[in-house]
Amino acid sequence: MALLDIEGLSVRFKTSSGLFAAVEGVDINVDRGEVWSIVGESGSGKSVSMLATMGLLPWTAQVTADKMAFDGQDLQQLSSRQRRRIVGGEMSMIFQEPMSSLNPCFTVGTQIDEMIKQHLGGSRKERHERALDLLAQVGIPDPARRIKAYPHQMSGGMSQRVMIAMAISCNPRLLIADEPTTALDVTIQAQILELLLRLQEDTGMALILITHDMGVVAETAKHVVVQYAGRQVEKQDVKSLFANPRHPYTEALLSALPERAGDQDRLPTIPGVVPGQHDRPSGCLFNPRCRYATEHCREVEPVPAPDDPARTLCHYPLEDGVSPSPAAAGVARDNPQSSPHREVRP
Amino acid sequence: MSRDAVLSAVNLTRHYQIKGGPFSRPATVKALNEATFELYPGQTLAVVGESGCGKSTLARVLTMIEPPTSGKLTISGHEVSLKEGQRPPAALRREVQIIFQNPYGSLNPRKTVATMLEEPLKLNRKEMSAAARREAALEMIAKVGLRPEHADRYPHMFSGGQRQRIAIARALMLNPKILVLDEPVSALDLSIQAQVLNLLADLQEEFGLAYVFISHDLSVVRRIADDVIVMYFGQPVETGPAEEVFTTPRHPYTQALFSATPVADPNRRRERVHLKGEPPSPLAPPPGCPFAPRCHLATDACTQDDPPLERVDDRVEVACIHVDQAMARYARAG
Repeated sequence: MALLDIEGLSVRFKTSSGLFAAVEGVDINVDRGEVWSIVGESGSGKSVSMLATMGLLPWTAQVTADKMAFDGQDLQQLSSRQRRRIVGGEMSMIFQEPMSSLNPCFTVGTQIDEMIKQHLGGSRKERHERALDLLAQVGIPDPARRIKAYPHQMSGGMSQRVMIAMAISCNPRLLIADEPTTALDVTIQAQILELLLRLQEDTGMALILITHDMGVVAETAKHVVVQYAGRQVEKQDVKSLFANPRHPYTEALLSALPERAGDQDRLPTIPGVVPGQHDRPSGCLFNPRCRYATEHCREVEPVPAPDDPARTLCHYPLEDGVSPSPAAAGVARDNPQSSPHREVRP
Repeated sequence: MSRDAVLSAVNLTRHYQIKGGPFSRPATVKALNEATFELYPGQTLAVVGESGCGKSTLARVLTMIEPPTSGKLTISGHEVSLKEGQRPPAALRREVQIIFQNPYGSLNPRKTVATMLEEPLKLNRKEMSAAARREAALEMIAKVGLRPEHADRYPHMFSGGQRQRIAIARALMLNPKILVLDEPVSALDLSIQAQVLNLLADLQEEFGLAYVFISHDLSVVRRIADDVIVMYFGQPVETGPAEEVFTTPRHPYTQALFSATPVADPNRRRERVHLKGEPPSPLAPPPGCPFAPRCHLATDACTQDDPPLERVDDRVEVACIHVDQAMARYARAG
């Protein structure tokens, strides 16, 4: 049985102009000790789907799912009190902006203590010991002094370490990290990612890393979910994703990476922009930007083929870098990088 | 190089005085220390480093927003000598334009695109008629890949990538020779980033622009830079042609920075050059080499003197007394 088992997750927001589907049809199965990554551009719904899993969305959000279970417990059936016990304890989350996710009015010790008190209990002395332990575990030098520090006295990297200490304080079985290093410098990013992976290995917890950085995905995750405009477009293990992307969006995204572009004069680009709330196209959401799109793509919404393990949301999933789409005849076949999209007009 | 440099900087330095308060003494922050480089038309000079390394201070000095504390800045053959609070001559200001990181904050929300693009002409080309200004603005709008109907829209109606195009158009209205790009694509999504980088490359070819490209994203820099300056704690630690610096980084900091950068290739596993701790506080600089406290090669000698940039190769300069050791070690790590 999977640790986190989500099928057909949809999140809709009530807005002044009607319901907006921020996330639709997301499936994710995370087993114990697995490292997953959810990758996508802004507006792809990667954070929203995980916030929905944690139950942290505001009341304007309508969360529905065919299945949403954590360790066999149906999250949708639980009372909010029961759910509170899981969230933060067995399933916890860290966020992008470490500086703004800590409360500036309390010392980091107090904030870690609050977590432990809520979920594990214990005497004040035991909790203090545990907090010191945690700070040492996440690599904060001189924990005895730092435990009394306020968030503003710490750098971004140190604050993120404190956030991680809080998140792992109750020995979670699943840690969701939402862009944990985006606000940090690369040398600090490397330290934080290494720390997360070390903790994951030591404790055997599952880790879901939300990111937009393909480099971070390649270096940390084992399995990857790619999202576009709120839809899950494919799901593969990391090596086959980078070697054989199935969805044209993934293929285009990978070839837009400066380091994969080789010696070409110009970078291959994806024309246009991610559709917003009001300009969602009919049919496949990626069709206006897809170079393999046909009339069929513009009219009919794709569904993943039942026998496709990657669950590619495309009428014509790529096979070994070749699209079976009739529209692919015009574009160079085996090498997507040889025909860069030069169109820049949005 | 035989061509004339469009911009040259010699020992460019910028210090800030911090006033003392009731509980603190006044202090000097050395935001930029002795940067020396030359910039040629049609070339891109990239400045890389982490936050607080003086990249943006360099941008402000080059665009004459702030005068250097010491050192010499020459733009198009004219030496810029400024005192604190003095305005640089308009002719020189026109030559250098800047594009900022955040296209949401750098455009006036109350002005239409056309108004913003016409404003520099209104101020600097007084002889131009309104119709001519409008025409010039429309021409530039087309150049940066926007449509004519975008001219009368406001910034909030555009996406991030489009706004960055507007910022680029605005910077180019006065035909500058130099464009300072302060993290121009870091706020953009990957698919949009490639579009803007291609646009910048097209414009550089068309107008022979010289770019100072400030970025922390090494994969972008490797792609577009001709020369690179790696900065740490306000000073250049390694400079040279991009290809050379990227294939054989020589300074231990450059090596650490490169190996910390994630590469989008799941099959690649490389030995990391580990970097302890965090950059030092600018109010309490460490003695000697500022990188010594985090450097795995640091010896007692490193804490004695701050090493100057020294030529180690034909065109590469490195500020480290253990260059040979660093290179040998890096070669072993592969």
